Amino acid sequence: MSRAIAVQPDQAIAVKPDQARPSGRCRAALSNLGWVLLFLAPSAVPLLVFKIAPMFASAWVSLHRWNMISPMEWIGWDNYAELLTSPNTWQVFSHTLLYLLGYLPLVYAGGLLIAVALNQRLRARGVLRAAYFVPVVTSWVAVALVWQWLLNPSNGLVNYLLGLLHLPQPGWWTDPTWAIPSVILASAWKDLGFVMVILLSGLQTIPQEIQEAATMDGAGRWRRFWNITFPLLSPSTFFVVVISLINGFQVFDQMYVMTGGGPSGASQVAVGRIYDLAFRYGQAGQASALSWILFAIILAVTAVQMRGQRKWVNYA
Amino acid sequence: MPESPIGAVAVAGAPGHSRPAAGTRRAGTTRSGTTRSGDAPRSGQTSARLGRVLLWLAVALGAAVMLFPFLWTVITSITPQANLSGGPSLIVNNPTLSAYAALFASVPVVRVVLNSFAVAAASTLLQLLTGSLAAYGFSRLAFKGKSFVFGCYLATLMIPLQVLVAPLFIMLTRMRLNDTYFALLAPNIASAFGIFLLKQAVDGVPKELDEAARLDGAGHLRIWAQVVMPLVRPAMAALIVFAFMESWNSFLWPLVAIRSPELMTLPLGLSYLQGQFTTDWNIVMAGSVVSILPIVVVYLFAQKHIIAGMAHTGLK
Repeated sequence: MSRAIAVQPDQAIAVKPDQARPSGRCRAALSNLGWVLLFLAPSAVPLLVFKIAPMFASAWVSLHRWNMISPMEWIGWDNYAELLTSPNTWQVFSHTLLYLLGYLPLVYAGGLLIAVALNQRLRARGVLRAAYFVPVVTSWVAVALVWQWLLNPSNGLVNYLLGLLHLPQPGWWTDPTWAIPSVILASAWKDLGFVMVILLSGLQTIPQEIQEAATMDGAGRWRRFWNITFPLLSPSTFFVVVISLINGFQVFDQMYVMTGGGPSGASQVAVGRIYDLAFRYGQAGQASALSWILFAIILAVTAVQMRGQRKWVNYA
Repeated sequence: MPESPIGAVAVAGAPGHSRPAAGTRRAGTTRSGTTRSGDAPRSGQTSARLGRVLLWLAVALGAAVMLFPFLWTVITSITPQANLSGGPSLIVNNPTLSAYAALFASVPVVRVVLNSFAVAAASTLLQLLTGSLAAYGFSRLAFKGKSFVFGCYLATLMIPLQVLVAPLFIMLTRMRLNDTYFALLAPNIASAFGIFLLKQAVDGVPKELDEAARLDGAGHLRIWAQVVMPLVRPAMAALIVFAFMESWNSFLWPLVAIRSPELMTLPLGLSYLQGQFTTDWNIVMAGSVVSILPIVVVYLFAQKHIIAGMAHTGLK
């Protein structure tokens, strides 16, 4: 491969097709396009075929009435109109939002604490790290059973401890007000290890010389954390926040196994409703429409974060 | 800060960063409470050691809490059917492997595990390749509409799978690819999650390193393979864990795509168990243990690399 191919990318992008009369520049632009294709096509093609094409298909489905068996019936925007005027839609979205507001701060703070603690030289550190990761891979069925037992209103461990401290003992997952907080607790607990792994891998890329220099300058441990570790961890933090929001908006499994959306719909979330619409009521059109409403929300939230990252994310 | 010279030297090696191989200092003596500035060196070291022990105890206690559901899963799987009542307990009377025998008798475990393993391994390797190429492309190549393309990648994460399975099924049926290994693999050949994860890491690699390599005559492919990728090993290791886990645990898509029993994957086998033995929790939990252990092994293998980080890069 010749050196001429390794073109300066910024130079190549400046070339607009109509100005690219000098053949050298034209060739540079072409070769840049070749590199872009070489690096991106292996992921773009499968994503286009197996993700984006079905997404467009589901957008098409959302304009129909369809029970996944008989032929589709065109109804235009009716599914959307029906969903947007139904109080149930607002309810499932407010539950989803409530879940996120509790889950995200909890899982990030917990994961950060564990990652920083387990980045120190502790005895049996590898075993401890693995222990925190095990819940990530444990099935929700087992986790839900244990948490239902821990949070059992009458004979659970948590209420027993609260009773010893003379604190109120909520009904947890059996009580409409406490059903979502119960799921938040269990989810944050389960995903702690996920955040820990991402942040640990981010901590490894912080050059240790910077820390040493700061120590030489007399910076205390607390100041080094806030002024060095935390800012340099921001690309990992950004990743965790973006991904947790994308996934958190689509929370489903834990609701399904822990509360089943109950009691009486008090913990029904957006994807729970989508699942019910598609697989219980045979309304694939409406399920698709609700998915696209959810998509629009997630897209907007993610776009805001992508815009905002320049203000606080430090790249090398 | 009136830091004693001994303390300053000792602290330099301690927090925030860790190279397992660089352990010339003994763990217990490296930490000194820099915030306790007034202490004499010796008492400072004693209190630091105490703090370290307390930290370890807190982390270990947390780890025990994290491990509890998994331990309970294991214990339930070796508890005789007759003793399965009441809440989770960590004590087993008359442990037995009969649940595992029943498991192996009712599900072709070896076949199912091999299927899951083959698909998960293929998907992990493909995601490492497609993901690292794309991460380099998004981080290092300049082209028009880059942030739009990246946004499209991320958008593939924002639609619930529940509404994609029907279109995907129809599409693969038309391609005559349903009920094949390829169908199981198809949605996991590339993942925006992995690409985003690696891109964050590649963005953290200083561009001066690329420049230096380019001056030595290296093209993009060589910079990708020999300069950038070796430096993002922690993120690649994290991706190995998550990609493997995603495929290994995926349930809804295999359920829709697979009809032949020979192609059944582990989650399908487990759900069959749960339908078959609704009250035999020991058998269900034996299945869970079989499904969790391989991911723990993959994690333990990857953990070394997640932590190894920039051990030999000579950066900055």
